[in-house]
Amino acid sequence: MLGLGIIQGLIETGRNFVGSYFKPERLTTVQYPEERAKSFEASRTIPMLVYDGEDPNKGLRCTACTICEQECPPKCIYIVKDTVKKPDYLGKMQMQPKIFDIDISVCMGCGICAEVCPFESIKMDQVFELSTNDRFGSLLLHKHQLAKSNSYFNKICPTQAAEIDANRAADVHKAELKAKADAEAKAKAAAAATTNAAAGVAAAAAATVAAPKPAPAPAAAAPVSKPASAPVQQAKPTPSTPASPTPSADKKP
Amino acid sequence: MTLQDSHNGQMKGDSTPFEGSKTRFIPSKAPEYATDLEGDLLEVSMGPHHPSTHGVFRMNVVLDGETIVKLKPYFGYLHRNHEKIAESNSYLSAIPYTDRLDYICGLTNNWSYVVAMEKLLGLQVPERAEYLRVIVGELTRLFNHACLAGFLLQDMGASGTPLMYAFREREYILDLFESLTGSRMMCNYMRFGGVRCDAPAGWIEQAKSVVSKFPKFLEEFEALITGNEIVRSRTQGVGVLSKELAINAGITGPMLRACGVDYDLRKVDKYSIYDRFQFRVPLGEHGDTFDRYMIRILEMHETLKILEAALRDIPAGPIIDPKAKLRNIRPKVGEAYGRTEVPKGELGFYVISNGGATPYRFRIRPPSLINLTILEDLCVGHPIQDVVLILGSVDIVLGEVDR
Amino acid sequence: MIPGIEQLKARIEQAVPGARIEIVPNGSPSNQVSLLLDAEHGFAVAKFLRDDPELKLDFCSNATGVDWPGTVTKEKVKKTVDGVEKEEIIEKTTPGCLEAVYHLFSMTLKQGPVIIRMRTENRVDKVTLPSLTPLWRSCEFQEREIFDLFGIVFSGHPDLRRILMWEGFVDYPMRKDYVEPDDYEYEPTPHAAVLEKAKHHLPSQPAL
Repeated sequence: MLGLGIIQGLIETGRNFVGSYFKPERLTTVQYPEERAKSFEASRTIPMLVYDGEDPNKGLRCTACTICEQECPPKCIYIVKDTVKKPDYLGKMQMQPKIFDIDISVCMGCGICAEVCPFESIKMDQVFELSTNDRFGSLLLHKHQLAKSNSYFNKICPTQAAEIDANRAADVHKAELKAKADAEAKAKAAAAATTNAAAGVAAAAAATVAAPKPAPAPAAAAPVSKPASAPVQQAKPTPSTPASPTPSADKKP
Repeated sequence: MTLQDSHNGQMKGDSTPFEGSKTRFIPSKAPEYATDLEGDLLEVSMGPHHPSTHGVFRMNVVLDGETIVKLKPYFGYLHRNHEKIAESNSYLSAIPYTDRLDYICGLTNNWSYVVAMEKLLGLQVPERAEYLRVIVGELTRLFNHACLAGFLLQDMGASGTPLMYAFREREYILDLFESLTGSRMMCNYMRFGGVRCDAPAGWIEQAKSVVSKFPKFLEEFEALITGNEIVRSRTQGVGVLSKELAINAGITGPMLRACGVDYDLRKVDKYSIYDRFQFRVPLGEHGDTFDRYMIRILEMHETLKILEAALRDIPAGPIIDPKAKLRNIRPKVGEAYGRTEVPKGELGFYVISNGGATPYRFRIRPPSLINLTILEDLCVGHPIQDVVLILGSVDIVLGEVDR
Repeated sequence: MIPGIEQLKARIEQAVPGARIEIVPNGSPSNQVSLLLDAEHGFAVAKFLRDDPELKLDFCSNATGVDWPGTVTKEKVKKTVDGVEKEEIIEKTTPGCLEAVYHLFSMTLKQGPVIIRMRTENRVDKVTLPSLTPLWRSCEFQEREIFDLFGIVFSGHPDLRRILMWEGFVDYPMRKDYVEPDDYEYEPTPHAAVLEKAKHHLPSQPAL
């Protein structure tokens, strides 16, 4: 019969239409802005800078190594290092950024900056309601707008943040143990020095040999923080050459 | 599959007049045209702003009445010169740009580039990474073909209903991609020597449930479309492509297989782990628009078989080659050409390295551009409403044509 | 079956007498070596590759251009002048060339790739190469793109005009010495590189 195919099609659309009132899988939209579609842990839109604790200025994890600036494909990150250093979570003095700007009108949201960061400091945020009414200024986010606390990071990416926190706690623990061991060794050497000083010149020569030994130890107590999370990351905190076209002689086969 | 002679409208080459009409209307055949109406040829520009040209694409058509006499395509409106951008950025930074080529199927574009780079660098991909690549690649193929069927019907005038059904299924797959890679479309997932991150807990089960619901959708879709008389009469016999012309013009993908040529890169090159899966390659007979559409429906059935096997057999293990680096990649001086079968055809990347940190030459071989070579040959002699259908069945995405 | 690269070269030289072919090695692990053809016999060699019953390379997958700019190398040469040994610095310049690379496969015999290259004599005026479009229709748009972006003129191409850039565009964007124009439409974004360049170009433009 002519038109049988069309009638079968109409039955299908009718089934979908009526079914959307009764079956949830046929109703595929959410009523925005009253409801929002769920986002996943891995979702990424724009970057954010994570800080530990309450104060973004003191707890910011970023050390201005500029690796993310070099690797960013559209080059939308702009970093200026500060002259003042601040201590990191292990107590070692690190550099910090004075200016950290991201131009989110250019940012692709690719996540390469988060992938290459050796200090777990720049991570991908999940906010998508980013529209402003100032086209030229408000789409350039500065350090204070990008800084988000570690508790917020734990809320949006629970498993990843928990792993990072566990690694950092383990590093702190190791550093404390090492500092304690070094302090004990130093105390023992100092005690040995005082008993030997009464023994004479030869003992004094031995003390001068023993004394320099504890001195380098506390300096090595705070190890450079190496992220131990995903096996994918290659941790190289030294800034390498920027990715510019090499003016070397071309290949002439 | 032949044209049903069941309605008295204008058919190609048929000159029976309309029953009951008072004026005698004789359709003209290009290039010789016999008409008792004196007229000039009309040159019309279809596009670049056009709802049915799948992007900013312009065709200058020369019309005789409603029949096409000449057709010249113009593009370049979306030219962003990825090839030059890649020459000033590192090898890793080119991966997000490959997402934006065929922006519907971002993951398979990534795959093609990393295949070329793995040839250049000599890396081995571990098992779990290969299975993950096959799973996301085949999921991409699935929704690309479903969306193509939806878009083709929208071009025919179905006003978006089948398209929205295809998009409903696409939403489930995009949810899977978001939970795995972080982004729905611009996934940036593959890396040289593996993939970027592992599947989170429960992802494989969710993927299995999506794949198990898909055959029901395919049945609904086929009931809606394939038996429909309007679809059949508008697509059968329209835009016939011969085998010899297809091979000579470098056509690849479902468009080539619709002409009857058995050339699927998954079977020919056997890249990745495709030789472990049992799947058939559907071939068409006539090379017309209806065959190109049906090939894609049949390919969706075969893809479901691959997906079920891959989701069942995926092993545990590492997801990236331990020798692979993220930063400061400096391949040896040399070149490599790597190609994969993306849903649109054969996507190839030709990378020349001069030992530095940035590529010397980064060439993208786009399937959509090459498939457009014979657009004029397919369209001449057809009325203008068939141009939209033929263009829809070629399945172009302007991001790839223009790069 | 496609023979090894040496045998392939020998077969081509046998079939097309007078053709000068070089083997271009490939240092990377991909091991894809290519054949460098000369411009006069390029078309005949390609025709042989397409029609030979053992090779049957009927599918030209990729046609692309590469820009090799000229190099200037300085060499120190010792010369004796009037019995006194002197060191002179001699500059050697190579003119540079543009290159077209074709990747050929066979759909009927399912084999490949065979990679052929052709080079122009210099980058300035002798930039003509034979077009392979009469043999493989897939080269039509790709050779137009090479003409558009690199500047190689293909003789024998049925319709050689710009494809991605607009008509009336003058330079060749993919060359290594291409200078971008800086008179874009002015829009002050925070990523204001365009603004900087425009300022240099039009110093008298009032600030918006």
